[in-house]
Amino acid sequence: MINVVVIGNGMVGHHYVEQLAAAEVEAHITVIGGEPRPAYDRVHLSEFFSGRTAKDLALTTREHYAEIGVDAYFGDPVISIDRDEKKVRTESGREFTYEKLVLATGSYPFVPPVKGNDHKPCVVYRTIDDLGNIQAQAKEAKVGVVVGGGLLGLEAANAVQNLGLETHVVEFAPGLMGVQLDAGGSAMLRRKIEAIGVYVHTSKATEVIEESENGAGRLLMKFADGGSLPTDMIVFSAGIRPFDQLARDCGLKVGERGGIDIDYHCRTSDSDIFAIGECALFGGRIYGLVAPGYRMAEAAVSQLGDDPIAFHGADMSTKLKLLGVDVGSIGDAHGKAEGSVAYTFSDERIEVYKRLIVSADGKKLLGAVLVGDCSDYDTLLQYFLNDIDLPANPESLVLPYSVGEAPSLGAAALPASATICSCHNVSKGDIVASLDAGSCSLADVKSETKAASGCGGCAALLKSIVDHEMAARGLEVNTSICEHFAYTRQELFHLIKVGCIKSFDVLLEKHGSGRGCDICKPAAGSILASLWNDYVLKEKHVGLQDTNDTFLANMQKNGTYSVVPRIAGGEVTPDKLIVLGQVAKKYNLYTKITGGQRIDLFGARVQHLPAIWRELVDAGFETGHAYGKALRTVKSCVGSTWCRYGVQDSMAMAIYVENRYKGLRSPHKFKSAVSGCTRECAEAQSKDFGIIATENGWNLFVGGNGGMKPRHADLFATDLDDETLIKYIDRFLMFYVRTADRLQRTSVWMDNLEGGLDYLRAVVIEDSLGIARELEEQMNSIAGSYQCEWKTTIEDPERLKRFTEFVNTDAEDDHVVFVQERQQPRPATEDERLQLLAIEV
Amino acid sequence: MNNSVILCQQADLIPNSGICVQVQGEQIALFYLPQENPQVYAIGNWDPIGKANVLSRGIVGDLNTRLVVASPLYKQHFDLVNGECLEDADFCVPIYAVAIVADQVLLTQ
Ligand code: SRM
Ligand SMILES: Cc1cc2nc3c(=O)[nH]c(=O)nc-3n(C[C@H](O)[C@H](O)[C@H](O)COP(=O)(O)OP(=O)(O)OC[C@H]3O[C@@H](n4cnc5c(N)ncnc54)[C@H](O)[C@@H]3O)c2cc1C
Ligand code: SF4
Ligand code: FES
Repeated sequence: MINVVVIGNGMVGHHYVEQLAAAEVEAHITVIGGEPRPAYDRVHLSEFFSGRTAKDLALTTREHYAEIGVDAYFGDPVISIDRDEKKVRTESGREFTYEKLVLATGSYPFVPPVKGNDHKPCVVYRTIDDLGNIQAQAKEAKVGVVVGGGLLGLEAANAVQNLGLETHVVEFAPGLMGVQLDAGGSAMLRRKIEAIGVYVHTSKATEVIEESENGAGRLLMKFADGGSLPTDMIVFSAGIRPFDQLARDCGLKVGERGGIDIDYHCRTSDSDIFAIGECALFGGRIYGLVAPGYRMAEAAVSQLGDDPIAFHGADMSTKLKLLGVDVGSIGDAHGKAEGSVAYTFSDERIEVYKRLIVSADGKKLLGAVLVGDCSDYDTLLQYFLNDIDLPANPESLVLPYSVGEAPSLGAAALPASATICSCHNVSKGDIVASLDAGSCSLADVKSETKAASGCGGCAALLKSIVDHEMAARGLEVNTSICEHFAYTRQELFHLIKVGCIKSFDVLLEKHGSGRGCDICKPAAGSILASLWNDYVLKEKHVGLQDTNDTFLANMQKNGTYSVVPRIAGGEVTPDKLIVLGQVAKKYNLYTKITGGQRIDLFGARVQHLPAIWRELVDAGFETGHAYGKALRTVKSCVGSTWCRYGVQDSMAMAIYVENRYKGLRSPHKFKSAVSGCTRECAEAQSKDFGIIATENGWNLFVGGNGGMKPRHADLFATDLDDETLIKYIDRFLMFYVRTADRLQRTSVWMDNLEGGLDYLRAVVIEDSLGIARELEEQMNSIAGSYQCEWKTTIEDPERLKRFTEFVNTDAEDDHVVFVQERQQPRPATEDERLQLLAIEV
Repeated sequence: MNNSVILCQQADLIPNSGICVQVQGEQIALFYLPQENPQVYAIGNWDPIGKANVLSRGIVGDLNTRLVVASPLYKQHFDLVNGECLEDADFCVPIYAVAIVADQVLLTQ
């Protein structure tokens, strides 16, 4: 058992701990973190301002560390290392001895030494605690300035803008993101972010920051060129400096400009001490990205086992979305290599800039810059990383499709060693191996290799490789819904819509073969209902429905049914509650509050359903569609009407939403919830669409799921007014209804949607497909033609004939036997049933 | 057809779907497929896998040209002609000979 102490619990330190805990090495791990909380996702820090919480950003928890046997201490930084005694000491006086020590202390924001940089509204942006600071300062502010126009500065600008402030970026250099972009790319980026209302000031050296006297702002920044800028707060985000003081103090070798020197094995000048992540200096360089840090962590872990691997530096290519702008940078973006030549494409109309740097002989890609459109990034990166020969006309790689033929680098052309997912270090070979080992779908490969589960940037490439490999194995990706229709659900939807088909028979005759089955019939039934909203028990639709839809109730294990009336938003009057109790008593039904804020009555015989529903309908209840692939419930919290924190009337909104979408037939069931404030008591972020009240309106989340594979919903749009909210939901739902596969919840649909959330936003918010109106109209027509299926059913004697166990006798199925438990009926077990029967005989 | 039993009226049948009758304590599921020949099929109503009397409430269709009903409980398919379970040959449901004669559905033994 080897005793390992890790200082620092940032992204890289955490990765080290996880890797070591999972490795074969017997180690006792102690982690000491300077921040008050376990590791979190710093890369996505700015999402905090668009609705994510500290909890969402967490990469681990204290409980998880305890479970895997790691001793962890937080909020207690290490202040000294004694290399002779092999001991470290924390601020609060704790002491730990080590056999191996790992420094993962990361870095801190560089604050330029400008006079006045210590005024209160001057903040930095690196930790969750900083977020609190920024938020507090922003409260009374109207204008915010970010000092630094690099990657981190623009991230910070995004945060400031999300806080609703007039946002300025002040950069010392002549261009934005000078490290990653050439002058042309930088200029295009500037154009784009100015277009969204961010003020950019370049070539500005701040000389002094003064407290403002004329009241135009709390602070006044004065520049070397004589200009000045009033502001209410300043965020310094002008670069990083490694946390290397501990290493200096104990005599480890550090670089001239900071950073703890390490070798290929991530060892410092003391062979029992490792350094990894942003505090480490390798080959004279600090790697300010997370992926290289992870590779260092893995290399450092491997030194403790039998199979050490080396760290050889890492590629610093990046693809990012900054202030909504796609930016990509690969390799030698500035064309510094001798003899290199560049191809540039720039279109100011659509604000796209692309530049390729190729070798003198025109054969290899050395670097690239992309602004405004990163769709070629994956392909270019593969050329670059794998040294693949360029096509004869490399310019075709960046020209728009209409001009040149864009030869996208086929999945087949990539070597097995090509890294596909850099977050999880998955190569094409790993993907092939996973398929060889039995994975037979994209989802399998994802869960097997973890590819595409980090930043998600590799998702499209991953899919094309999996598709290609599966096709190559003759594993044809069969998308037919069943043997009767050689179409996907989405294709069937179009055929039915375009052909104005109103019945299954016509559909089968025109587009299918055979007689249909329990897969295609309900799917067609659902599409017919989504499109034409006919009463589901019309004779021509009857045979299409699952028993649950046929009897408008859910079949239970003994053949009886459950009854679930709609209780919109979970709000129910005392009188209605009494009716539910009376009905349950009268028909001997088991009663339970469901997980969806309503009441389920179980154990009804099919012949009793109409009478039960007659009483319920008379009391004002409607069907709850618990049986249908349709809207289930819209959970609610009491919101501003009662709750002291509520900022909007979440109750009224929940009821409205539930009533608007009730009855809508969809590929799978869907659920919603509305919370009255960010405390989120209605758990809206676990729903297909969730609504959370803000001071200014509503935040809309989509794609959440509880169930078998929970998925946190994605924040889709913020601060919507009532009307826009409903408009977006209409479009979102109808688009889902049209394009999802059979039995595909919105979560899975979204995960498989090419282009993901951004694409969905483009369709729903920007109307990129030009179908928004049509989607809204279709939703309006369905909402307008709603009918309670139970009400229609009990008024139709012809239909009621079906609700019988036997058509030739009034006898009851004697296999259905109940016993009492906790003062309510439940189905008898087989033994109980035989016993009861035995006594009767 | 001397010793045949009347199960129900033809009008009780539902096209492309099932109903159930009980005769001498036995539950028989009747499926009416107007486009097929013959037009009615009868199998036991007991689902031997789901262990409940529910087969008459399943969806009918064909798989590989065999006429089947899918159990509403766990979706196994039973052959309407010979009673076999397509997913698990260990399970089989009884079949009954039936016919429509003069608007009545008869059990013809
Ligand atoms: C009654 C209820 C449990 C209860 O006693 O509380 C229930 C009961 C059933 N659930 Fe559920 N679910 C119930 C709330 C939930 C919830 C909680 C919620 O909605 O907040 C979830 C997780 C949230 C979610 O869906 O994202 C839930 C996730 C599932 C799943 C898994 C879905 C998934 O995407 O993974 C299934 C299986 C399926 O739909 O394929 C399922 C399926 C079922 C079925 C239909 C299973 C079946 O075929 O027999 C159950 C029949 C209901 C009946 O007979 O009335 N039920 N089920 C709850 C009814 C809520 C309601 O008022 O309508
Ligand atoms: C806003 C923002 C956006 C970013 N975006 C991206 C991106 O898109 N892509 C990308 O690849 N990278 C991005 N990064 C960079 C990325 O977050 C870092 O590369 C990564 O976090 C480095 O991990 P680390 O563990 O080395 O350091 P850190 O995550 O900084 O963790 C170091 C930890 O050690 C603690 N520590 C320091 N000294 C001590 C001590 N003496 N005792 C105990 N604990 C100590 C610190 O408090 C800190 O918690 C971004 C960073 C920021 C701030
Ligand atoms: S979410 Fe919670 S805190 Fe907010 S209004 Fe509802 S009950 Fe109140
Ligand atoms: S590259 Fe980030 S998830 Fe694959």
